[in-house]
Amino acid sequence: MDWEAIFEGTVKSFIGINAVYFAIAAIGLNVQFGFTGLLNFGQAAFMAAGAYGLGMTAHYFGISFWWGIGIGIVYAIVLGLLMGIPTLRLRADYLAIVTIAAAEIVRLVVRSVKFKDVFGGSDGINEFSGEFRRVGTDVGFEVADSYGFWWFTFTGRQMWTLVVGWILVAFFGTLVYMLMKSPWGRVLKAIREDEDAVRSLGKNVYSYKMQSLILGGVIGTFSGMVFALDRGSVQPDNYSRDVTFYVLTALVLGGVAKVSGSIVGPMLFWAIFVFIESTLREFTRDGPVRIGDFTLIDSTQVGQINLALIGLMLMLLMIFRPQGLFGSRKEMAFDDR
Amino acid sequence: MTGDSTAQRGTSEIAVEAKRALATAAAEPGSAKPDPILEARDMVRNFGGILAVDVEHLEVQRGSITALIGPNGAGKTTFFNLLTGFDEPTRGWWQFDGHQMSDVAAHRTAAMGMVRTFQLTKSLTKLPVIENMKLGATAQRGEKWWNALVPSLWRDQEHEIEARADELLARFALGHMRDEYAGALSGGQRKLLEMARALMTQPRLVMLDEPMAGVNPALKQNLNDHIRGLRDEGVTVLFVEHDMDMVHDVSDWVVVMAEGRIIAEGTPDQISNNPDVIDAYLGSHQGTSLLEDLEALEDLG
Repeated sequence: MDWEAIFEGTVKSFIGINAVYFAIAAIGLNVQFGFTGLLNFGQAAFMAAGAYGLGMTAHYFGISFWWGIGIGIVYAIVLGLLMGIPTLRLRADYLAIVTIAAAEIVRLVVRSVKFKDVFGGSDGINEFSGEFRRVGTDVGFEVADSYGFWWFTFTGRQMWTLVVGWILVAFFGTLVYMLMKSPWGRVLKAIREDEDAVRSLGKNVYSYKMQSLILGGVIGTFSGMVFALDRGSVQPDNYSRDVTFYVLTALVLGGVAKVSGSIVGPMLFWAIFVFIESTLREFTRDGPVRIGDFTLIDSTQVGQINLALIGLMLMLLMIFRPQGLFGSRKEMAFDDR
Repeated sequence: MTGDSTAQRGTSEIAVEAKRALATAAAEPGSAKPDPILEARDMVRNFGGILAVDVEHLEVQRGSITALIGPNGAGKTTFFNLLTGFDEPTRGWWQFDGHQMSDVAAHRTAAMGMVRTFQLTKSLTKLPVIENMKLGATAQRGEKWWNALVPSLWRDQEHEIEARADELLARFALGHMRDEYAGALSGGQRKLLEMARALMTQPRLVMLDEPMAGVNPALKQNLNDHIRGLRDEGVTVLFVEHDMDMVHDVSDWVVVMAEGRIIAEGTPDQISNNPDVIDAYLGSHQGTSLLEDLEALEDLG
């Protein structure tokens, strides 16, 4: 067993690109789900909005890459309005149904053959991140050099995206923290508890829910952008349902309705994910693990077993620590509605 | 509420004026009042084939405490929902303090000075008591997202609101629970909190849906005093209640609903002697023996 490689991978994934783009997505999802109680199961669609906003600049519009940030935000706002207008007046479950369907519609449309020249079909879009990389080299990250220390060593290309990504995490984390401390955030939290009570006190619940959905979506958009920039490509199948649910799992792990939870949750999620995955890989490297004639696990099953274990972990978490690692037990205790 | 105002309850100028005004009103369904703050005409609500509310005319006198009573299923809560915009009438017209309310959304009524509470208490359990209270204040600058990020724009107002909230909490004997989660309150305390929170909107009309349900007798007396205190400050109170003792004790005027209609109106004394009301509550055979009924049936048969 090469424990050092396992631990190096694990430690690295604490701050790696996956943790970053999950953290941004989770901060956004937390605004909707954690603070407002909106069941958005389509965060992947908002992430795709950002990724395609960037990707389509050179590919379709033929304009500078930087416009893509604005285009992504506009996409996210439009998507939020489309999802929210028909559903936010209804019971919470309808939003869940619509968002999960809308996210799939978005993915199927962008990967369709019909719109291949707009969205690039199932191959996606490449070659749009050149201008972003150039800024990276300008500020001193040579693409092929190594940066960092100890196990935290990344190539200049990775490091530049990580730096930008963590700045965004810090920015959005602070933004959401400040908003939730304000009277505006108080209204959102109250809506989560009982929207009729909030309505009777003179707040336009529908409008607040829309604001929350769109704010969370726009933050999610930046997550998609960071991911696309790291890959240097936009692939439709990177924005499927599972992404939304992994982000949700990571958020619950950290603790909903806490900004710290939405950042540390994704870090832990990926560390655990990588640890289990690489440990199982090490176990099965010299052939399947057997007990007598019974094959316990072989190397082709590592991915599935890993997901099963993550699922088990989520169940145990919900049973024994429903407030997540950072949530307050006391707050969770009043579930007497 | 302080001991002082309890001693002078019902003797404030507003209370005396309201009582005098109501003395001139006829004790009959749909009677006109000298100065109505709320007026409803021809309000109908159908649920499928069931006629839940069918109110021809109702006026609520400004500055009075008006009780809305009636047996279970009489349509009292539905009528409340219609008046506050939480439900839409099949047809009807109503006005509050000069505003026609038919097209006013539920969330706008509070800003206009009309606030309600709910039969099943809606305390926001995962928010501290003080946050529950602060939520009630209307026209908060910090509730606009574009202001929320600049605390200097709303901090002064927030302090003002907090001071007002603390004052109300003290008055409702909830001051010591200020920083607890609302979920930690007892059922009766939640009723008090909901009432106090409604007062944060600085209303002119408070509509309480069964304020006494599930409240222990000691606290009931307390709630009665709070309701009288409101009236003495010039707030009109309309409340739904089953507790007849409370109705008799606290209200200036009583409106009786049965099967969606208003069947009687009057002062508490007039109502307690009204045969229609006794019928509605206890059935029309009240006071006659079963044998007499059987004989009557045989005569018919």
